[in-house]
Formats: sequence, C-alpha cells, structure tokens
Amino acid sequence: MNIDSITNGIVIDHITAGRAMRLYELLGLEELECSVAILKNVVSRKKGKKDIIKIDAEIPLNFDAIGYVDPTATVNIIRAGHVVEKRIIGKPETLVNTLRCKNPRCITSVEQELDHIFRLTDPDKGIYRCVYCETKAN
Amino acid sequence: MRSLISITDLTTEEIDRLMDTAEDIIRQPEKYSQVCRGKKLATLFFEPSTRTRLSFEAAMYDLGGNVLSVSNGASSSAAKGESVADTARTVSCYADIIAMRHPKEGAPYVASLNATVPVINAGDGGHNHPTQTLADLLTIRREKGRFEDLTVGFCGDLKFGRTVHSLLSAMARYPGVKFVLISPEELKVPSYVKKDLLANSHIPYVQTTDMEQVMPELDILYMTRVQRERFFNEEDYLRLKDSYILTPRKLVNAKSDLTIMHPLPRVNEISVAVDSDPRAAYFKQVLNGKFIRMALIKMLLEEATK
Repeated sequence: MNIDSITNGIVIDHITAGRAMRLYELLGLEELECSVAILKNVVSRKKGKKDIIKIDAEIPLNFDAIGYVDPTATVNIIRAGHVVEKRIIGKPETLVNTLRCKNPRCITSVEQELDHIFRLTDPDKGIYRCVYCETKAN
Repeated sequence: MRSLISITDLTTEEIDRLMDTAEDIIRQPEKYSQVCRGKKLATLFFEPSTRTRLSFEAAMYDLGGNVLSVSNGASSSAAKGESVADTARTVSCYADIIAMRHPKEGAPYVASLNATVPVINAGDGGHNHPTQTLADLLTIRREKGRFEDLTVGFCGDLKFGRTVHSLLSAMARYPGVKFVLISPEELKVPSYVKKDLLANSHIPYVQTTDMEQVMPELDILYMTRVQRERFFNEEDYLRLKDSYILTPRKLVNAKSDLTIMHPLPRVNEISVAVDSDPRAAYFKQVLNGKFIRMALIKMLLEEATK
C-alpha cells in the first residue's frame, strides 16, 4: 500500500493503533481542504502496530488534543521534503475547549460562553476531569 | 482571592483551625459579636433553601455584619439570562463576601473566578456543599472528641447525596476510620468515588443493604434523604424514597454512644420518635452549622484584607 510522502506538511506518527480516528475527530481534520491520509495498523518496531496521520499542509495543530489522545505520539513538521521539527507531546495538564463536558447538570451546559476546561487529575491513569463539575472525560 | 468551593480546598490543619475558632465562638460569642462590623454578606440562592441561607445570614448577623439577600433565582437578573460571571462581578461591587447556591454544578466556581471578593459554595446541584461538611465535622468533633478511629455508617441515597461524598472525602484523611455504606442497589456510592477516594486512600469500607445487621458496629450513623430533585424519573424516586426509615426499634442493638446525624431536611427517613433519643444529634448539627459558618466567614474576610 503506497501513500505519497509529503513535501510540506505534518506527520503525526507513533499513534497507538486504533486511536487515529479519535484524533482525526478532535483535531477537526474533516474540515480541511488539503489531503489527509490515515494509516491504520502500520507495522511498528516499537509498538507492533501503530496508526499514522499525514496532513498535506502545515496547519495550526491542537497539541493538547494529540497529547490527550496519545501522549506517546510524535509530530513531525515537514518542509521541502525534510523533517525540520520533531515533537513528543506528552500529557497536557489542562485541556481548553478540546473536549466538551457531557454532564447535563454542569454549568457549561447552560452557559455557552464558558470555556470547557478539563484538568489532568490522575497522571498515572491519564484521567481528566471537568474543572467545574469534576465529571470524568470519556 | 481565597474562596471555598470544595472541602478539599482546605487543608487538614485549616479545618482544625476552623473547628477551634467555632468552639471558641460557642464558648465566648461576645468576643466575636463585632468582628464583621461594617461588612456585608450577599447570599445568592438560585435554588430553594431555607436552612442554609438562614444559617449564613444568622452567622453574619452574629458576627456584627449585614446581609444582602437573593432568595429566589426566578426574581433575579439570572432569570433574564445574566451569566454567573457577570452576577459575581456585579455583586462584588456591593458585598464583601458571597455565599452562593446554584442548581448547576460548578456555578460557584465560575463565580469565584470572576468575583473580587471571596465566594463560599453553599451547594451546587448534587456536587459540593462544603459548609455542610464543616458542620458535620464540627458535630463529630463535639460529640466524639476526635475524628480518628471511628466507624462511620452512611445510609440512604449515597449516589446523589453530595453531603455524603464530601464527608467521605473529609473523613478519609483521618487514620483508623472505617466506612459502612448502607443503601439500595440503585443508590450505591458511585464507582468513581469508591475507586478514586476509598481505594486510593486504602480506607476499609463495606457495602450493604441491611441497616440493622451493621448497626452494632457503628460509632456514627449518617442518614440521608432520597432527594426528589436529583431524579429525572419520578417513578424511580417513588420506588426508592422509603428504602430506609430509622425507628427506635432499629436502634435496639446500636452502641449506647452512637451519634445519629442527618444533614436535614428530613422527610420520613428518621421517625420523630427518635428525636428524643439522646443519641440524636441532627438538630445540634444545625446549630453547629451556624458556628462553623461564622468561623469560615471570619477566616475568609481576614484573608481577603491581608
């Protein structure tokens, strides 16, 4: 299976297999005009299997969303066919407007102007909770 | 600006200091009768409440301060669509401290982020009610003389009961504490509370549906009401509301120094025949609530002026 390499753009690599679609959704990639490739279950020496997302443009990325979905993922910035920057994201302490609180009793359910903020409350288990009502992020 | 949104905002040492102040207020109320002179408390209650609002207002009057009150959210600017943030900013211009009750979880936290005066959470939906927890702790300390080495039974609605979750969280800090959780299957303590709080803190606990069986073990029995307003479904409420009713007969095998508590208001979960039992402490809790709110208002206003 061949996917063209990109000249200028972004490759999100080392995504734990099965998580690419969640990342695609959270990053809002369906709204992009440029080519986006999702590779699932690619053979990986480190992980056995991994997912990869290739974006054929250098767009602003929500790194917090990437760190939330998979803190082990790497982001490679490609310019003129070369990797010019490589970032390992890690778990962000706070997520602002990345997720929405689904608790119907939360103040964010009635006050539309409020930012939806989640905080990392259990770094070992990767659990995030809404700062207003403490509901766990799904 | 220091506010009180959750009981976990206070360290164990701060809780102890508040208890000490409250007990000193009980011993010599005249010493504190003017400490808030010239200060105003705004009570913003967007959800029905009688005792909590009156308790805050009585506390402020007993400290020599004054009170501005919104007791009905329907008559306030919130009904016109004003945000909690704007309400908090506006009221900060009039008052030195705010006590807020709101049906939505997190509303007092939003207020605290926007107010320029301290905000006390007086209950946000089914989430937090830290001053009730402080009242409960003061009652335990006055009745038992300690927080350590106690077996505490919680009975009734342990799923939606915010007072239960807060008191579990506060008591879990003390060594030798054991919890007995008595409820129908549908109203058990949520799994996240068990996992995050009890399992992580290695607190021993048992869950049961049989109140009488565990009664002889208990040092404290904390009864709760099944609250109609926490149910989306009226049928579920009607099916569960009479699950546990405490009567003198059920207390036959209880310890002679058991302390019976309830955050009130009760409906029928404690028979009025229990009121005359010397072990009943729920009306003492109401009075302790005023004293601990006095101590809290004093502490937050002092910190705000530093």
